[in-house]
Amino acid sequence: MNKIDTTTDSFVVAGQRFTSRLLVGTGKYKDFEETARAIDASGAEIVTVAVRRVNLSDPSQPMLVDFVDPKKYTYLPNTAGCYTADDAVRTLRLAREAGGWNLVKLEVLGDQKTLYPNIVETLKAAEALIKDKFDVMVYCTDDPIMCKRLEEIGCCAIMPLAAPIGSGLGIQNPVSIRIIVEQAKVPVLVDAGVGTASDAAIAMELGCDGVLMNTAIAAAKDPIKMARAMKLAVEGGRLAYLAGRMPRKMYADPSSPLAGLI
Amino acid sequence: MNITLNGDARAIPDGLSVEGLLAHLGIQSKKVAVERNLEIVPKSAFAATQIADGDRMEIVHFIGGG
Repeated sequence: MNKIDTTTDSFVVAGQRFTSRLLVGTGKYKDFEETARAIDASGAEIVTVAVRRVNLSDPSQPMLVDFVDPKKYTYLPNTAGCYTADDAVRTLRLAREAGGWNLVKLEVLGDQKTLYPNIVETLKAAEALIKDKFDVMVYCTDDPIMCKRLEEIGCCAIMPLAAPIGSGLGIQNPVSIRIIVEQAKVPVLVDAGVGTASDAAIAMELGCDGVLMNTAIAAAKDPIKMARAMKLAVEGGRLAYLAGRMPRKMYADPSSPLAGLI
Repeated sequence: MNITLNGDARAIPDGLSVEGLLAHLGIQSKKVAVERNLEIVPKSAFAATQIADGDRMEIVHFIGGG
């Protein structure tokens, strides 16, 4: 890789090429208008969406698809709120029928307080979905052994958490994330836990292929501004990773030459 | 006839297809997915799938989420 060019730098998931390495959620915004503006400012090409019952008391109320065009953005249906493999598989089968595409985000949660992934159920669901021809991007713990296993059974992207969902704590375990990146042959994206722009940059400097976030943008005082900050942070972190950082040293090394000193 | 619709008991006219049910509810069929007794009803089968008394129907769509 000799040329560093963000206009051609891209990553491939399940055969689809994306140039934006920032993936964003569509939840927690004030209204659909703000959702649409934040997504636009983020430059994201992939947006996560949830699958829920239609409100039957007022079916004419505005829907997400009216504001965030599924033809312009790749909708990535998630299984947020699912605590069993069966519920997750059922949800994504409905999502595939609603949307008509196979690329999905699997998350099976294990605990309401931490929203930590239940990896046993996640594995079970991933196997069932892959057998059913889904392309599975999987939300998981930052355990390199489990990440490897999820890759081996055929997940098309591995998405370890940086910190608990919605916590904004940033990359808690950079060593694990780095190991996961080094061993993976499919894209690795940090999903969940990012709080501010520097967190996203750190994820990218560790060599991640992308970052997925929702709350860090939606819960900022100015979500549109933060969306742009995240776009720049992901690009900056990616460039820094490609550029290759200088080695860390214990002591100082003057930047001005010593020769010719008066 | 009586069905369970998105978790709630509901009386609907007899003889409706899935397509008829969506029209009855004022829902645009292209924006939703439908499950009948835990089985997906493909969009292509909305018109041909008849709803029976006691059916458990789920109608879902995409909303904002992370």
